Amino acid sequence: MGERRWAKGEERGANALLALHPSHFRLNWSKFMTNQNPHYTKHHPRWYRVRMPIFWWVHKWVHLKFILRELTSVAVAFYALVLLFQIRALSQGPEAYENFFAWLKTPLAIILHAIAFLFVIFHSVTWFNLSPRALVVRIGKNRLPDVVIAASNYVAWIIFSAAMAWIILTS
Amino acid sequence: MPTNITLEIFRYRPEAETEPVFQSYEIPFRKDWVILDALNYIKDNLDGSLSYRWSCRMGVCGSCGMMVNGTPVLTCATFLEKYLPGPIRVEPLKNFPVVRDLVIEMSDFMRKLKHVKPWIIREEEKPLSEGEYLQTPVQLADYKQYSMCINCMLCYAACPIYGLESSFTGPAAIALAQRYNFDNRDQGKKERMEALSQDGGIWECTLVGECSVVCPKGVDPAGAIQRYKVASTTEWWKSLLMPWGAKGDGRKAMGER
Repeated sequence: MGERRWAKGEERGANALLALHPSHFRLNWSKFMTNQNPHYTKHHPRWYRVRMPIFWWVHKWVHLKFILRELTSVAVAFYALVLLFQIRALSQGPEAYENFFAWLKTPLAIILHAIAFLFVIFHSVTWFNLSPRALVVRIGKNRLPDVVIAASNYVAWIIFSAAMAWIILTS
Repeated sequence: MPTNITLEIFRYRPEAETEPVFQSYEIPFRKDWVILDALNYIKDNLDGSLSYRWSCRMGVCGSCGMMVNGTPVLTCATFLEKYLPGPIRVEPLKNFPVVRDLVIEMSDFMRKLKHVKPWIIREEEKPLSEGEYLQTPVQLADYKQYSMCINCMLCYAACPIYGLESSFTGPAAIALAQRYNFDNRDQGKKERMEALSQDGGIWECTLVGECSVVCPKGVDPAGAIQRYKVASTTEWWKSLLMPWGAKGDGRKAMGER
């Protein structure tokens, strides 16, 4: 019995000590907050979200490069259109074809072609360099190195370009 | 060698402010400290109210990812020294809602991860008595790289597509789908293809490639997604040229319903 009472006493003592713990002197901080968020409900999360700005791609070179790579498709479309108009001019007879060639020699056409050419080169090079990421070729147990896959694109490019040049220049 | 360095830390206390603010802390500079050590120093000595996630401090748990000077990094693996003379700007991972200070809300990622079924799917489990599923080192090498993912979400923070289109399944989840697709014990390729060829799947990716640049484990999620596109396209062509063989699975693979 005595032992038990002693234990109880100790417990009460411990409680008294605990009551002095600093966490018991709680302050209502909200009373002191000058910039309190009026929309905040206690214990309810209020997430902060940001929308991506329209010009998110101008700040980093890698993002700008990505957007430029996407834009190169416009240059590819431009080439396709020029070819279509050329075929149309061809179907309309020699005079229309002459007119089309006269337009090709104007400074505007030359500038547009120069820009399109640069973009198409950029288009080809960036995509050729990215091709090993998409293509994993295995020969037996070994994986074909990335350089070989990228290089095979360039080799094909050179062969096709040479063939085209040969057809155009020798005819 | 400087004695001090300043950290500008993104603070968002929803009960107190509607817009986040940056708070500067000057801390002692130590050559052997990473950003996480600096945050712990601030929490212990300067401002106990700073909130952030961390656990293993050795690049394994994937919980301490933050934006440091605009780039997503694991703060436990990025030294202060790299950013001398400072100041260093620490922000929560981009493209996620912020709960408080440097803590982001990640349930969207967890849901997407589950959506791609990143576990071994068997059409029929073989009985235990038949023993384990064997795998050669070459078969292991097929998927090992993708299995290194620690779900740190740095790739999501780096991906502008995810930022613009939150329905995008995202780099890590797709890379983890590939981890199981390339596993010779798995038979769930078709199920995952169905999940990933829909809206928000692989075709959302336009190959910015930043996910692979920031990956602290060298997983190359961008490559994983491109390989998925190749596989999906191959399936589609197969179904177009041999409709009797593929039974239209390939059309599903291209997102047609």
